[in-house]
Amino acid sequence: MIFESFSDFLAMGKHGLFVWSAYGICLAVLAINIASPLLARRRYLQQEARRLRRESNT
Amino acid sequence: MNTSAKAKSGISWAWFHKLGSPKWFYGISGRLVPWLSVAAALLIGIGVVWGLAFAPPDYQQGNSFRIIYIHVPSAMLAQSCYVMLAVCGVVGLVWKMKMADVALQCAAPIGAWMTALALVTGAIWGKPTWGSWWVWDARLTSMLILLFLYFGLIALGNAITNRDSAAKACAVLAIVGVVNIPIIKYSVQWWSTLHQGATFSLTEKPAMPAEMWLPLLFTALGFYCFFGAVLLLRMRLEVLKRESRASWVKEEVLKSLGHVSSQPTSRKGAGQ
Repeated sequence: MIFESFSDFLAMGKHGLFVWSAYGICLAVLAINIASPLLARRRYLQQEARRLRRESNT
Repeated sequence: MNTSAKAKSGISWAWFHKLGSPKWFYGISGRLVPWLSVAAALLIGIGVVWGLAFAPPDYQQGNSFRIIYIHVPSAMLAQSCYVMLAVCGVVGLVWKMKMADVALQCAAPIGAWMTALALVTGAIWGKPTWGSWWVWDARLTSMLILLFLYFGLIALGNAITNRDSAAKACAVLAIVGVVNIPIIKYSVQWWSTLHQGATFSLTEKPAMPAEMWLPLLFTALGFYCFFGAVLLLRMRLEVLKRESRASWVKEEVLKSLGHVSSQPTSRKGAGQ
């Protein structure tokens, strides 16, 4: 590791806030992009399940 | 001889026609997604840890340069994604391939996210380096235009209810908008600018030491794998929706419902 201690690592020189906020936003964007197709698929399948049950009842 | 030549060309183009088949796509993409996801997680994980903790600080910018390991991959991906949309547009218009429109519609939101990410991380990097969050610089402005092109494509795709007309309109917009890509690429050479030149080129060795640019190679490749995985996830759902009348889709939905619908049925069972 290039940093002397963990607090040095967090501080990133004077630029800790910039570096960590950029990486935080990046993580959030990646997470949104993973979650949205998975949630949409779940939603769609549940909707199809309701439709199939309705159709089998009538 | 003529017929054999025809048969030959028929064989070599078989993959192209298969690509147009939603059923074939659904099968092959289902097998690809896990591999792409694992590759993306490994590459991004290694690249980010290496870049954050082990790469040496920049002699001028100190540690703020570490934003490069997410800024450059997202910007590269944002532009590659748009080129892909334009290629899909051409394929959709010329060969009337349905899957091309599926790919176009599904990739546009991911491209928009990546462009936004490149702009935001760029702004955060710009503050300590240039002293300003935003400058009306050629590179930054052309990236902002790229973001608006993505928004335009998404809006256009949602606004037109007829699927075929929407596909055509989006294909045309994607093809016209691709003009912006060389402008982004060469903006740092054509206009005087604050933005630094390209870090990577295919012909020259990077000016940085290897322990600085290798992590960038990892995260860049990782972002492409990530893009492939989430694009396929989106496209698979879109295929299920569009082909909902096909018998293989009905079977697939029933099969998937085995896991998903267990919750509602158990609740029903508890109520009885």
